[in-house]
Order: sequence, then structure tokens, then C-alpha cells
Amino acid sequence: MGTTKRGSAKGEKAEAKSERPSVPSQRLEANVVARGQVNERQKAVKAPRAKANPTSPKAPKPPPEEPLPVDALVKSELSQEIESVSRFGQKITAERGKVASREEVAGAPKKSAQELAQKQREISVAEFFAKNRHLLGFDSPAKSLLTAIKEAVDNSLDACEESGILPTLSVSIKETGDDRYRIMIEDNGPGIIKQQIPKIFGKLLYGSKFGSMRQGRGQQGIGISAAVMYGQITTGKPAAITSRASATENATYCELTLDTRTNKPEIHKERNNVEFRPGTGTRVEIEMAGLYKKGRHSIDAYLQQTAIANPHAEISYQAPREDDWLIWKRQSKVLPKEPIAIKPHPHGLELGLFLQMLRDTNHPTLSQFLLEDFSRVNDRIANEFVVASKLSLSANPQKIQLHQAEILYKSIQEVKVPPPPTNCLSPIGDDLLRRGLESGVEGAEFYTAITRPPAVYRGNPFQVEVGLAFGGKLPADEPCDLYRFANRVPLLYQQSACGITKSVITAGWKAYGLSQPRGALPVGPVVLVIHIASVWVPFTSESKEAIAHYPEILREIRLAVQDCGRLLGAHIRKLKRYSSENKKRSYIDKYIPHIGEAIREILGLGTPEKNKIIETLRDTLERGRREMLPASMRKAEEAEEKATELRIALEQSLEVIAAPPEPPSPPTPKVAEAVNAKPSKSEAAATSLAKKAAEALVLVPVESKAKPSPRRRV
Amino acid sequence: MSGKQIKQAIEKVAAQVKEKILKGANPELTFPLRNLANVSYNPKTGYFELQDKFKSRTLTVNTVKTFAQTLKMMALAKELIEKNDIATKRDAYYQSKNWADARFDEQPESDAVMDDVEAFFGVNREQLGFIPDEKGGDVAGELIVIDRDNDTKKPLRIDCTKFGSGAYSVPSSVEHLGFQTKAQFILVIETAGMFQRLVKHNFWRKHNCILISMGGVPTRSCRRFIRRLADEKKIPVYAFTDCDPYGIANIYRTLKVGSGNAAHLNEYFCVPQVSFLGVTPQDIFDYKLPTHPLKKVDEERARDALKNDPFIQHHKRWQDAIKLLLDKGVRAEQQSLAAHGLNYVIDEYLPRKLANPKAFLP
Repeated sequence: MGTTKRGSAKGEKAEAKSERPSVPSQRLEANVVARGQVNERQKAVKAPRAKANPTSPKAPKPPPEEPLPVDALVKSELSQEIESVSRFGQKITAERGKVASREEVAGAPKKSAQELAQKQREISVAEFFAKNRHLLGFDSPAKSLLTAIKEAVDNSLDACEESGILPTLSVSIKETGDDRYRIMIEDNGPGIIKQQIPKIFGKLLYGSKFGSMRQGRGQQGIGISAAVMYGQITTGKPAAITSRASATENATYCELTLDTRTNKPEIHKERNNVEFRPGTGTRVEIEMAGLYKKGRHSIDAYLQQTAIANPHAEISYQAPREDDWLIWKRQSKVLPKEPIAIKPHPHGLELGLFLQMLRDTNHPTLSQFLLEDFSRVNDRIANEFVVASKLSLSANPQKIQLHQAEILYKSIQEVKVPPPPTNCLSPIGDDLLRRGLESGVEGAEFYTAITRPPAVYRGNPFQVEVGLAFGGKLPADEPCDLYRFANRVPLLYQQSACGITKSVITAGWKAYGLSQPRGALPVGPVVLVIHIASVWVPFTSESKEAIAHYPEILREIRLAVQDCGRLLGAHIRKLKRYSSENKKRSYIDKYIPHIGEAIREILGLGTPEKNKIIETLRDTLERGRREMLPASMRKAEEAEEKATELRIALEQSLEVIAAPPEPPSPPTPKVAEAVNAKPSKSEAAATSLAKKAAEALVLVPVESKAKPSPRRRV
Repeated sequence: MSGKQIKQAIEKVAAQVKEKILKGANPELTFPLRNLANVSYNPKTGYFELQDKFKSRTLTVNTVKTFAQTLKMMALAKELIEKNDIATKRDAYYQSKNWADARFDEQPESDAVMDDVEAFFGVNREQLGFIPDEKGGDVAGELIVIDRDNDTKKPLRIDCTKFGSGAYSVPSSVEHLGFQTKAQFILVIETAGMFQRLVKHNFWRKHNCILISMGGVPTRSCRRFIRRLADEKKIPVYAFTDCDPYGIANIYRTLKVGSGNAAHLNEYFCVPQVSFLGVTPQDIFDYKLPTHPLKKVDEERARDALKNDPFIQHHKRWQDAIKLLLDKGVRAEQQSLAAHGLNYVIDEYLPRKLANPKAFLP
């Protein structure tokens, strides 16, 4: 392993073991990166490198600006870590190869390999990304601003959770000029020790945990240093980091940039006695070009959704040109269960990765390799694996030939293996998801959430959760809002390409009381939250914005959505029933006087007799109607009525207090009117009382709570 | 029933309802069911008779609006009787606009409640003070109607031969009219267009008859007018309608035996002696008439008549005739006779038909 100089024979030899089948091995590494998560706060050093052009016949000398080889460092410190090689690095190689061959074919003036070599130089990964920043999510100004904040927030959340701290984050964006903003993200995490700050913020691909089978916030992969780089490229200004790693020490302040040619940090200013929040924590400030927008792809939406999926975090947010802070309060004081790393499941591997594992294993025998490096493999299963390939269980895994390995891989796929352990997953949980939704989506009248049991696709455990908010202030005649999450990270882009969207559409919403145009999301006052937690969330592309359409995943999402849909359907039916009951109640009030009036006209009765008829009939009908009601609704109505009576009594007594000379009398219509027009304290109290009583009895619609009981008008 | 009796009946009902209410019970009103399922055809009397099916309207949350409206309608009827006044159906509908929430939104609603009240007491709605606002039909030919002057109450003789190209209009109430005629028969015509043609050519003079235009399904007063005239003067009545399920099963059937909706009154508002001159389904083929295909609603109406109409079910010849229409899938209008020449109907069709009244459909 290590930095490979262009065509350096020495380097190749040193790594002969792991790099021998050089082409497949490179792919494997790319694969590993694709699965991995970057965490800048780990100690591992990842050296950038570019691969040798395989067609180049002779090895040129390394250019003088070659970064120091870190082979030794990597080897000693990170024997168990898998080397990180950016797949982008390989792209560079491939492109160069093309250029060279095109020149030959075109018959252009020939240059010697030496001449060519003089022009060739290693490109720092930073330089590459500086030129291809769209690959990291820094393309449009609006998306760049969002990506920078996203990287910082995800890092903060990860750091807090790993240190067992309940995250408290503040995010602020200030406009500093035309399309220029200064973002500030501060957390109460463990902080960063002084020596590490420059590496974490001023060096790309600094992190660890690549390829571990562990649920985590998989992000764009490169992280906060890319945001620092973007800031300095677009404004020329350094990023400012303040951090305190120990509550008893001073905070460190540091301004830094990233040298794109060498991928190394440059420190511009450093101070040790700065004002900072008490306790540990980190603040990142970056000034950058960008564009602040509202809407579905906005920072506001991202933070709101992050709050929903992370109910254990408290997030404060100050948007540009706003003085006020928006705060999503913590809904739970329990940190999510720490995800456990698991070994790969035999059915969850591509052939390439399997070959890589054969090469890299430390176990001397195939038997040990199968038993120790995979989950759910026992002696019997290992035996079944090798029968067809005629391999011996005592064979040295590193000496197995390619074709034998392929046969082994195929037979492994055919042997039945128990599903992988699912304790590696850390879902949000239905209760917390619902609470997160309640705080993140205000003003709905109905919230529910469910968590499906874990399931498996291609040997990878995953778990689906769905939350749903309905009614209230949500817009009723638009398609529902769909919030997608992968490992607690909101997915804001590519909604229509996402497997989640497809599953939601196939759920059949008409059965649950919503209208749904053919092949589209349901229409109604609904916010739908879908979270998929997995050791490896399959994205459709490296931009990690949409979930791939695996049938097992689509099915689980659909089932989860339908579970929620059934609860919603029951609620909507209840609502309808309730509104028809209300209508009936109003019917009684509306038409009974006319019956009394007609009888009075025909029989020539007096008013008292007429009123008696009306009142008796009202009681009879009201009783009859109640008898038809289900017990829960009856109780709710009775509670409501009691609350109203209480309210009237309160109003009366207040009237008495306010006007002592007046004798206590039943409330006149005038009094009732005045109180209705000007809600008094007592009313608020009584209303809240009524609310409480009603809620205790599972009374649903809000508007009905304020309805006066029919008795009141008499 | 006299006005006084009706008034007493209304008061009795209101008193019963009041008593039930004060006892804490749900009062109920029982009405005869007014549809074809509750009538039978009596060939002896010749009209639809009401059977003993009833609908009961108990006062509950769901019926409270209609219940209030029914009682209000009764109160209005009582008022009309007391004041010896009348209100048209439309008037009654507008009266209800004073009933606040209990008002009728559309006139058909108020008409239905009025029909309920009428059936409830088993009286003619005119006796309740409600008069129809439809006109009764046009008359021309050998007839003198004896009416009276509204102010002087002196008899008025109206000669129906003296309307030239116009016609005498049947009033909404016909009980007080007298007749004088020597006509051989009454020809009752469905469409105004055909009536105009026959009037224009003084068809009645040549055939010594009375021409009456119904303009669709005949109104109650039109039916009553024809009935009284035919009964008193003992002259036969022939119907001349379009040849389609509507002309047969609605217009002709209602004229002859009454309607399901007003079954409690059919005894007076039908013309059992009428027979069907044409256009018969057989005529379509005998006279080679141009046709239109039966529409879906026509087919449904025809099948419904075969299945549910006690009158059609009683007469095999009508069943065969309707089945013939269904089989061929065609219908023909009265005016299709004009295909053979504008006056073909006067010169050929009617004379040929009238030569053999025994062949008319029952």
C-alpha cells in the first residue's frame, strides 16, 4: 500500500502482494471507497495519489513537488485500515491514457516517452476537486451553500454521537456581499485538539472507517475540507475554526486555507485565548460565494428535516437577514443506539470485493477466513461453500487462483445462509420519529410513525421507518410533501428518481382516503417521512441523492407506508364521521324550532308551550343520536359538554365579580356574545381544560372542541 | 272532504305529534307509498288503485328537516283553507322562503312534500288550496264549454269552433264546467305541432270531433277535463301519440289509468275509456314510416314498463307491441307521417285508422 509514484518500480514491488492483479485491485479499492464514510475526526492519514499510466512504457522520475511519501506512516499506524484511493484519481489516469493513444493514432509529431514524462506530473486530489468541485456537490451557488452546511452539520452530529454527547447545534448564515455569505456552524461536541485542526479542515480525504459494515451518515465523502477549499477559491478568504477539546483548557482559534497543489493545510493565524462557549465544542466559519434560496432544496428544508430525523439534537438556525433564531427543540434526551459494525454477509458481496477479501485476509486457512471474516458462517456452511469448488478448507486464501475463487463465489451464492444480524442498525424509533415530526412539521392535526422490523437485501440488513403528518395547516390541494432520509440524512435532490418515491406511489392511497392521480404522489394535507437505515444504503449514483430500486427495499417501504396509511385512513374516517355528527347536531338545532312553530301555527298555541315542545324534542333527539354513537365519541361529546358548562359557569362568576350589584342570573345572550367576541382568561383556561378532557378521551378534530353544546342556546 | 273536515284533520295530526313529543317519544307520520309498486290495475274500474303500502316518517335526527317542512306545509294548507285562498305550487315554494333554515331549495322538493301531504289526507291538492301552475291543454272543435264569469258569476258559453287558428285553453280547475256537444269522438294528441296541423285544416269539421292537445304527459286538469267530457257526453276518446316507449308507457298510460305518484287521486284523474289510435308499432311497418333508433333511455323505459307497469302487464297486446319496438330497435314520431306528404295524415292515415276503431290498442 502507499503512495504510488508514476511508474515507480520500487513502489510497485513494495506493494506487490496487494497490487498484483493491478486492474481488479483498483476497482476493489474504488468499491471500498464507495461504501465508506469519511470522518475527518479520525486519526488515519489518507494520502492522495494518482495511478501510473499502465500504457506508459518507462517510469519518469517523480516530480520535485511530490508530497512526502506516507507509506511508512500508513503502514505503521493503520495496518488494519484499507487504503483509500479516490476513484476520481483513477479517472485521471484513464483520461491520460486516452490522450496518449489518441496522439499516436492521429499521427501528430511524435514525442519521446521522456519528453512526455516531463509534462506529466501528479495531480493533487485537492487540485482535481478544485477543478471538479461539482463532484462534491459544489456546483450551483445555491447547492454549494447547502452542501457546505450539510457537511459541517453531519460532522457535528457524528462527532457528538460518537462521544456520547447530546448534540446542540447552531447554524447561522450572514450575507456579506452580493451572492456572498458567511456560514457559521457551532456544536457542543468533543472538540478537536490543536494539532488535528489543520488536517481535518485543510486536507482532503482525511478520515477513516472506509468500508466498515456500520450504519453511519454517509456523505459526499470528502467532507468539510472541501467546503473550506470552496470558500477560499470563491472568496480568497481562509476558514476560521474555533475549538475547545477539554473543558478546562483554552479554546483554540485558527484561520486556515488549503494548498490545492499539495493538499496540505496552510495556517494563517492562530490564537489560544479566545472567547468561546463553555465546555467542549467546535465552531466553523467559512465565507463563500453562494445563493440563499427558500423552498424544497433550501437550507431551511435541510435543517428542518435533519431535526425530524434527529430528535435527540437541538438545532438553532439564523437565516440571512434574520435577527431571530429558529429553534428545533430536542425531543429526546436519549442518544441513538450506537451502531455496531458487522462483518460482511456472504450474500452481500460483489465478486470483486470477495477477491479483495481473499487477498487481504490475515487468516492462514480458507476455513478460518470464511468463519472469521463473514457473519453467519459456521463449519457446516463453510463446508457447503467449498464442496462444489473442490477447494480444501485448509488452503491458503491468498493463494487461491482467480478461476477457483470465482467458482467458490458462485457456490457461496447458492448455499442457504441465515440472514445477517440486524442489531447493527440504529433506527430512530416510531415514538421518536413521531415526536420529531411533531416538532419539525407544526400545525398538523394527526401524527403517526411506524418502524418496520429489520429486513435484508443482498446480504445487507436495513430497516425502514415511516412517519406521517396530516391535516391542520398543511396545504390540502397539493401533492404530499415527501421527506426522504438515508441513515438520518435528508435527501433533498432527485426525488423522482428515488426508489422511496416509487414505493410511495405504488402504495394505493385512495384506500386511505386521499386522492391520487395515476402514477403520482397522493394529493392532500400530508407530510410523509421515510427513513431507511442500513449498513450500506444503495444509492443510484455517487452523488448519493436517490435510493436504488432494490425489490426488497421497495417492498419494505411500501409495507411501511401502507401501515401508516391504514392509521391515516382510520383517522380520516373518524373525521368524516365526526363531521357528519356535527352536521346532525346542527340539524337538530336548525330545524326543531320550525317543528315547534308549525305546531303552534296549526293549533294556535302560546310561546311557552311552543318552547316546551322544542326543548323536549331536542332532548329526545339528542339522546337518540347519542345512543347511536360509538362509546368513545359519546364520552368525548359528554366531556366537551361538561367543559362548556364549566366555561359558562366561569364566565358567569366572572361577570358577577366584574359587576357585583347585578344579581347572579343565567347567562343572557348578551353575556355569551361578549365572551365569545373577546376571549377572556377564564375562557382560555376552560378551553384548555376542555381540550385536556377531550384529548384524554381521544377526541380528534380540533375545531369541534370549540363548538358550544346544543344545550347552551336554550 | 270539505274544507272544514280537512282543517280538522290537519289539527288532529298536529295535536298527535305534539302529544308524542311531550311524552319524550319520537312522533311519526304515515303516508301511502306513492309509486308504481303500490298500485294495482283494476280492469273493471279502469284505473290504478292505491294498495296498502305505507311509508312511515319517524322524527329522528336524519328526518328532522323534512318533518319540519311537512308540518309547515300542513300549516300553510290550513291557513289557505281558513282564508279561502289558493296558492300555486310555485307560490308555495316561494312561501317556504320565509321558513329560514327549513325553506326548500328547489321547487321539486316542495312539490314532493305537497304530494305527501295530499296523499296523507287522501285529498286532491286543490282541496288543500294548492293549485297547479301548469296549463291544462288546448281544445278545438265541436264543443261548447259552459264556464262562468269571475265577477258576475253569470254563465259563459265558449264555442270551441270559434278560435280560428287558435284554441281554447283548459283551466287549472275544471269541476265547475259544463259541456254541450254533438261530436262523434275526442281525438287527444300528444304534440302541439300535430294539433296545429289538424286545426289548420279544420279536421274536426270534416270528422265531427273534438281535438285536444296534451303537450306531453297530460296534466291533472287536462285528464279531468277529458274524463268529465267523455263521461257526461258518452263519447269515445282516441289517443294519438308518438310511437315510442315514452308516448306509450308514460303519456298514454297516465291518460288512461293515472300515475303511480298520484295514485290516491287516479279515480278522478284518468280516462279509462280511451283507446290507442296510433302511432302503433305495427303502423311503422304498415305505413313504412321513417324511424329513429331507440335510445338507451327508451330501451330502459320499455323494459321497465314490461317488468313493473301493472297496466302493461295486464294487456298482452301492449306487451307484444312494446316487444316489437325493442326487437326492431326503432321508434317513430307522429310527424314522420309527413314523409308521405304534408297532409297524408289528414287525407290517408287518420281516415283509414278511424274506419276501424276496434283495432285500436287497449
